[in-house]
Amino acid sequence: MGLLIRNGTVLDPSTRVQRRADMLIIDENVAAIEGSIAPQRGVDVIDATGLLVAPGLVDMHVHLRDPGQTHKEDIASGTLAAVRGGFTTVACMPNSAPPIDHPTVVEYVKSRAGAASCRVFPIAAITKGQAGKELVPIAALAAAGAVALSDDGVSVADAGLLRRAMSYATMFDLPVIEHCEDLTLSAGGVMHEGSWSTVLGLRGIPAVSEEAIVARDLLLAEETGARLHIAHVSTAGSVRLIRDAKGRGVRVTAEVTPHHLVLTDEAVQGFDVNVKMNPPLRSADDVDAMREALIYGTIDAIATDHAPHAPEEKSVEFDAAPFGVVGLETALSVVWTALVQTGLLSPVQMLQKMSAAPATILNIPGGRLRVGEAADLVLIDPDRRWTVDPSTFVSKSRNTPFEGWTLTGKAVMTIVGGEIKHNELMAEKAGLGTRD
Amino acid sequence: MPRHLLGLRELSRPEIEDLLDAAQGFVDREGRGTGLRGTTVASLFYEPSTRTELSFDLAARRLGAQMLRCDIDHSSVRKGESLLDTAKTIEALGVDALVIRHPASGVPWLVARHVACAVINAGDGMQEHPTQGLVDLLTVRQRLGRIADLKITIVGDVRHSRVARSAAWGFSKLGAQVTFVGPQTLLPRDCRALPTYCTTSPEEGLDGADVVMALRMQLERQAGGDVPSLAEYTNRYGVTERIMARTAPDAIVMHPGPINAGIELSDDVACGPRSVIHQQVTNGVYVRMATLSWVLETASPQSTAESPPLDGDRIPQPVLAYSGTSHLTGKTG
Repeated sequence: MGLLIRNGTVLDPSTRVQRRADMLIIDENVAAIEGSIAPQRGVDVIDATGLLVAPGLVDMHVHLRDPGQTHKEDIASGTLAAVRGGFTTVACMPNSAPPIDHPTVVEYVKSRAGAASCRVFPIAAITKGQAGKELVPIAALAAAGAVALSDDGVSVADAGLLRRAMSYATMFDLPVIEHCEDLTLSAGGVMHEGSWSTVLGLRGIPAVSEEAIVARDLLLAEETGARLHIAHVSTAGSVRLIRDAKGRGVRVTAEVTPHHLVLTDEAVQGFDVNVKMNPPLRSADDVDAMREALIYGTIDAIATDHAPHAPEEKSVEFDAAPFGVVGLETALSVVWTALVQTGLLSPVQMLQKMSAAPATILNIPGGRLRVGEAADLVLIDPDRRWTVDPSTFVSKSRNTPFEGWTLTGKAVMTIVGGEIKHNELMAEKAGLGTRD
Repeated sequence: MPRHLLGLRELSRPEIEDLLDAAQGFVDREGRGTGLRGTTVASLFYEPSTRTELSFDLAARRLGAQMLRCDIDHSSVRKGESLLDTAKTIEALGVDALVIRHPASGVPWLVARHVACAVINAGDGMQEHPTQGLVDLLTVRQRLGRIADLKITIVGDVRHSRVARSAAWGFSKLGAQVTFVGPQTLLPRDCRALPTYCTTSPEEGLDGADVVMALRMQLERQAGGDVPSLAEYTNRYGVTERIMARTAPDAIVMHPGPINAGIELSDDVACGPRSVIHQQVTNGVYVRMATLSWVLETASPQSTAESPPLDGDRIPQPVLAYSGTSHLTGKTG
């Protein structure tokens, strides 16, 4: 059983190599990457002319809502959305119900992941119940397969507790992922505190509510030697702090979402709850700072913070709506349209941010193409134009800020472990007889 | 296709003047009219109200409409029925206009997207209270004969005030200069976002003012502790005869009500000859008659149901020069 992907442009962000080549997949692994490979018996041919052949995308910040909130999403629907967006691996955040704060929940996630469309790596909580009071059994969780620790949704407010968690986590080389927010500063806020919150009469979430905790966490990481990863960075001030810390040798990495790279707080006019998320959309200066940080490496990765909410939960007044937007099915295209097409990022750089870096940070496979390793791939059509229609999403939720946007660049085929999990190529190109 | 009245920010100067002229017309006719006979108006107030709700009720019935007042505290809202379900249920009963007040900003826009009847904003969170803005404009025009080039000073809890915002849009579009006065923690976070001048000095703000509008301390909207104490607020910012000596000779004093006695205004100012507070209340009925007529009687092809437009024509340029207005001209990041 195999696939022969012919005539594509193969990109490997780990080696920065980009060349026209054929790729042969036998069973689960990449068997060969050569200039020209002859068709063989038992191997289906995929014509990748005009397409990019790249390592599958890795999303290190996804909320699968499973167990306990499966009306919003579950592991099956979430991973289906992932492969549709070109992702072959996701890491799921622990704020499910119950949260991933015990090895049994890790086991549950892993067992469900077995039947999922892509690979799923669980992130465990930092504190029991994510209540911020007691540490979880970190060693047991690491042994069970957790790849990071996070109380995402909230910060660990107790600095002494976070310091202990970071110190302990160094024994297992687990990154500590912090959602940086001081709730006494963001109190009651629903959008960025700035000129638009003043005009619209909505309570604001000031930039300093993120930056104050970023500063604290960087100092704690420096002191403990822990690996800190800052989730969903959104302000220019945070970027400045992270840059300075990296310059001093602090072991920090950072991610940004696609929506924080293209949307500003001005989008909240009209009070569409599909632009309500935390951290909120910020000012134009902050968006510029995010892009610059991505280009110069202060921000290492792009992660969607895919946060599904059922339609009935979102059809309420702005103040009352839950925070969060989905992102798996639009991320690649939004980044391609806004950053790659405009020349701010090269395709190889994009893959570093969306495939190689997330895998490296979490210490999981991904982000490169090597003979003998698992065939987790995405085929990208750089010229395909499409319009975002949430009613066609395979996610259970529809809360996207990009409804109606026309985007360029799409994942037309996603392959996980040698199996085609998503296929939008023309049938005759695929040479497989029928489309998935 | 009915019109909506959601906010003064999205109305043009001619539209505001039409509404004021129509209201004045009702004043002159002593509030008589039959223009809304055969229609039904419903009010849905999620926050307490005396003046606004009662004046909408009177206004509707004086024009011949049937009035339906939804008593939230005894409705299915207490069973957990959502805002949209409530609004759509009322609409389904056969209502031509829905007057809505809610503690969350943006609710009238949300409701307008989901119902076919006309929607009037009777106060949404901290964002706008457009009919109050029209009341204030009408009252000033009646007492001082004009609006252009007047100095309007608004004192108090501006940060949390929808009355202040509607007044800022309305008065500046009609050519007045608006100044906000209050303690730093009660002024807008970004003063450049609104077409006003901001100062923490009551002396500077009231100097030469033609209109002094005192706002209620919105204790229910403050996080608690925005000012160290009410006494501190009153000592510095309470409008008294002493500070009124700085204003223009014919200056008038306004307050949207209800008044926290002795806090925003001293009693002698509230009841004195410069006070037009009762006139504001009386004008409230006429303004709401004009508003109901505007949204229902004259069906215009252009609905204001969409979100406020981004083009610079409809958003007033600041009267006093300040920087950083690019966000008002529809540029995206």
